[in-house]
Amino acid sequence: MINTALASPRSTNPFAGLMSGTTGPVIVVVCAILAIWYISAVILNTPFQKEMYERANRGDVPVSQLVTDTLAQERPVLPAPHQVAQEIWKTTVEKKVTSKRSLVYHTGITLSSTLLGFLIGTTLGILLAVGIVHSRVLDKSMMPWVISSQTIPILAIAPMIIVVLNAVGISGLLPKAMISTYLSFFPVTVGMVKGLRSPEVIHMDLMHTYSATRWQTFWKLRLPYAVPYLFTSMKIGMAASLVGAIVGELPTGAVAGLGARLLAGSYYGQTVQIWSALLMAAFLAGALVALIGVMEKVVLKKMGMAQ
Amino acid sequence: MSSLSDRRVRFDTASLLAAGVILCVVVALATTAFLPDRYVFNTPSLAIQFGFLAILGVRYSLGFAHNMAGDIALGIVSVTSAWLLIAVAHSYPGDATTGFWALVVALWLSFWLFVERLAAWSLPNPTLARLVNLAIPVLFGATFLILWELGVTGAGVPRVLLPAPSEIWIRLTTSVPTLWADFQQTFLKAVLIGYAIGCGSAFVVAILVDRVPFLRRGLLPIGNLVSALPIIGVAPIMVMWFGFDWPSKAAVVIIMTFFPMLVNTVSGLAETDAMQRDLMRTYASNYWQTLFKLRLPMAMPFIFNALKINSTLALIGAIVAEFFGTPIVGMGFRISTEVGRMNVDMVWAEIAVAALAGSLFYGFVALLERAVTFWHPSMRAKM
Repeated sequence: MINTALASPRSTNPFAGLMSGTTGPVIVVVCAILAIWYISAVILNTPFQKEMYERANRGDVPVSQLVTDTLAQERPVLPAPHQVAQEIWKTTVEKKVTSKRSLVYHTGITLSSTLLGFLIGTTLGILLAVGIVHSRVLDKSMMPWVISSQTIPILAIAPMIIVVLNAVGISGLLPKAMISTYLSFFPVTVGMVKGLRSPEVIHMDLMHTYSATRWQTFWKLRLPYAVPYLFTSMKIGMAASLVGAIVGELPTGAVAGLGARLLAGSYYGQTVQIWSALLMAAFLAGALVALIGVMEKVVLKKMGMAQ
Repeated sequence: MSSLSDRRVRFDTASLLAAGVILCVVVALATTAFLPDRYVFNTPSLAIQFGFLAILGVRYSLGFAHNMAGDIALGIVSVTSAWLLIAVAHSYPGDATTGFWALVVALWLSFWLFVERLAAWSLPNPTLARLVNLAIPVLFGATFLILWELGVTGAGVPRVLLPAPSEIWIRLTTSVPTLWADFQQTFLKAVLIGYAIGCGSAFVVAILVDRVPFLRRGLLPIGNLVSALPIIGVAPIMVMWFGFDWPSKAAVVIIMTFFPMLVNTVSGLAETDAMQRDLMRTYASNYWQTLFKLRLPMAMPFIFNALKINSTLALIGAIVAEFFGTPIVGMGFRISTEVGRMNVDMVWAEIAVAALAGSLFYGFVALLERAVTFWHPSMRAKM
């Protein structure tokens, strides 16, 4: 902060414009991460590769050969970025979508339970927040439990919920979605309570002078005020919902979904598969959060609240 | 404000609830409580107890007992009725019919009424007021447990699906050594060590990043992105790298706690405004003095926010990482194996321990926050 204030505004460096924003530094940092990834891939994979050479009785292997070999192992300790990229390309573009080996198929399954859980969770969160804002008893008795519900490591219950619901005859999408629901309702509730209470006293007084009913005050004042808070908390809720869906897929015995890919990969030592599922989950999370970001911009612009 | 809303027609929740209690008790007394033909009257103590409840309900809906003594009486009668009803339900498991369920609803409504009245109390004594404010959520939780117990025993839900709270409690008290060993493995080793290393290293990195504005601009957006990612997915990789014992779990916890702490600390360090920094400069203070006397204290609310988020993340990370491979001890291991063996009460006992540990951990961090950031407006408002 101090240094930026002191930085000279005029500079002869042509890249200064790029580097003073966020784009330049982000690109540099990403490149640095990739470089570190490559280097650690070589270092981590070297012991196994050396063992291979010893078994093949090849004493004098040039360093360049060693490096290319470590980056092309079948089950490396740490796969190189290009290996993961190849695996993702192979399992998304070259496989049919309906195939069980297609990553798109597994991503779709995870996505559907994430979205279902997110929808239920957001609805529940908004309803709870409306209740808490309008009822003193709910505020006093529910709010502490809403907060402490998140100190419970709920993901620990995930396998249980799935097994129990399976025993009752409910299987498939809903049990996984319930875990996502549990994780995503909390940020929405907390954010919406804050948002619904954000109108200033003077605005509430204005509604009173208009003789507005509680319903009108809610619909015309509180809700519009809460919309920015809703979008912020929906972003957090979406990320949490995806985590819930992935963990929910672990105990089902690795049938389908990104979580199942992770589990199967760890059973059979397929590190490349684990990393590709992991990166896919990261892309999915980024895309979903970005989608909500776009929705936020559009809605706020229509409401005339965009900065 | 109050005069305006009072003039408008509004239904009185308390009298509505009281009417509900009366109705349910009347229904219960008229119908069979348990199969094949057992009425509430066959258990005199229960009938008398709920008779009291109905009388109190009548007084409420007529507007007599709207005072503290009446409220306390209601509370005592509700609690004793709950006690009796649970005892009776246990002697006829699975045979409950209309009468019993009407009593359960009556009980639920009376607890609600009690909480409703409690929330309306205005006490002059601040200590008492705080106690009452504490009692309300506790009562809510107790009601939940009572309804759970009554529902499960009344409907005869098989233990494999959902055990009653009393069964979970019995299991909890009889298998303390196992639970303690799991707790030691997961919480005392993986969670605490991972949490300390993760938060500590993120704090150090944040201070380094803060010195280099270029890094700050480059790392912050990426850190924000990574905070939104399902990092829990690295668990199988960590198990592969660091083996089955606790170091792999601690590694997952380190990665999970690192980014929230980094992002929060960096944005906390940027929290000071120009006036404050100028003041430090007029005092001729150097970088470290500014850091320790101005910027770190200003960043504390942000840092504690991250520490609180991380306290729950750490426990989740350690437990989920155990699903991917572990020695034969640990909370995540116990949960996944006991689910397989259909010992659901043991699973719930483990979850209760995890919930208690998580809440205490969070509470401890929150207490620390209160002690460190006592000057912050959000703390002052609560006091």
